[in-house]
Amino acid sequence: MALEVKGLTAGYGPVTVLHGVDFSASPGRITCLMGRNGVGKSTFLKCLMGLIPVSAGAITLDGTALQSLPAHEVPRHGLAYVPQGRRLFGPLTVAENLAVGGLVRGNDRATLNHVLTLFPRLRERLAQTAQTLSGGEQQMLAIARALCLQPKVLLLDEPTEGLQPSMITLIQEAILSLKGQGVAVVLVEQRVDAVLKLADRVAFMVAGRVEETREIKGMAADDLAFRTYVGV
Amino acid sequence: MAFGPFLLLALMEGLVTAAVLALAASGLSLVFGVMRVVNVAHGEFYMLGAVLAWVVTTMIPGPPALAFVAALLIAPLIVATLAALADGLILKRLAYDPEATIVATIGLLYMIQQAALSLYGPNANPVRAPFEWRIQLPWFGYSGYKLFVVLAALAVLLALWLFMTRTKAGLIMRATQVDRTTACAFGINVDRVYMSTFALGAGLAALAGVLVVPIQQAHYLMGGDPLLLSFIVVIIGGLGSLRGTLIAALVIGLSDGVISMFFTPTLAKILATLLVAMVLVFRPQGLFGAKA
Repeated sequence: MALEVKGLTAGYGPVTVLHGVDFSASPGRITCLMGRNGVGKSTFLKCLMGLIPVSAGAITLDGTALQSLPAHEVPRHGLAYVPQGRRLFGPLTVAENLAVGGLVRGNDRATLNHVLTLFPRLRERLAQTAQTLSGGEQQMLAIARALCLQPKVLLLDEPTEGLQPSMITLIQEAILSLKGQGVAVVLVEQRVDAVLKLADRVAFMVAGRVEETREIKGMAADDLAFRTYVGV
Repeated sequence: MAFGPFLLLALMEGLVTAAVLALAASGLSLVFGVMRVVNVAHGEFYMLGAVLAWVVTTMIPGPPALAFVAALLIAPLIVATLAALADGLILKRLAYDPEATIVATIGLLYMIQQAALSLYGPNANPVRAPFEWRIQLPWFGYSGYKLFVVLAALAVLLALWLFMTRTKAGLIMRATQVDRTTACAFGINVDRVYMSTFALGAGLAALAGVLVVPIQQAHYLMGGDPLLLSFIVVIIGGLGSLRGTLIAALVIGLSDGVISMFFTPTLAKILATLLVAMVLVFRPQGLFGAKA
């Protein structure tokens, strides 16, 4: 088991958003997080990265406790994050964004080549600033930047939101390729078709806790769980 | 003296002002750009550089050049260390809140100023230039040291630009400047970056103070003017923009030199302030700053 979360409670100041979340993610598997807006999916990912303080519970990655580490120490243990809205370093070039991604691993050339093989379009744009890329290219860069960290667990927050279909396909293929390489992928996704295509397991969140976890095998688009927890 | 040589002299004086100003203002701009802290105590770091230069050159016997080189190295280092301490003890505790840090750095300004008054005294003290040679032009002679100040400032600014654009530490600073939360998610220790940035900004101001002290003398109240002019430069150039800071320093420095010589220094300050007012009205983000 790569990532194990037990009874995670956290929030913003006096407002508690997560109320005892139990969750796990395994190497070579894609676990999707689904739920209505505001149930705490993005907060949960931020919490895993140490960007929001944990008030109770435990986060362990291959046996190492992460919940009390300062945020900048978390990526060193193999957790990488692709935030919602990409949050690239806009005025920096593509190459510099990738270099920031690889800082904790010493920016070795083999990893960079591997990442650029996954997203060949970025190789042509290395000297271009991130803010001048198209939406799809920016999303590729956000994922590529996280991959430069050589993560054991990759957290993706709605990576295909607002993209055109051809780009969505490219991003989804990249995510499946990462699964094939043994990375544990945690994917926040709202679209049922994408979940059915990518996920091995799906965790449904309601009001700050994981209400139900299902294997995707045997689930269909009209499954009651999707209607109950996502409203589609 | 005819108009041409007079103008040349004014431009040379302006260039010296611009060089010192560019150094001091780039520190202020760097601190605001990366940390979003408006450092009102910046001028006091400049003053500390000058005062420490006097202390170091007084303590080291031998040729003035040796003592001055020692001051160039030691004074900015001491000031940078003090700034790093101030960051850890004051700014970090305020979580770098923009409003709170303005008030805190006003307090820091008075603390440094009064400490200098208590330990150094109220007198203005001269520091000997490292060398005395003059450049003899057909119309007038000019201090070789002043030209050295221009060249030294250019070299430091070039080094700063190379540091920011070509080194890993510069990349980390620029990434933190864009988005501190995301930088943190990629293993960047933002607190350490802030401490280094504040120290670097203060070190640059101190270096400007050391360079200027053989021209101006060291005095505990000398930080006011450079602070005002640095703010003028940084507002015109755009807070956080190094390129804008350098161009604005050149404009303000040269105009200050020319207007001061042909009219009065007061008129130069009035016009600079007017320019700031116009920039704030028509382009609040500065000539080269990014829109908020």
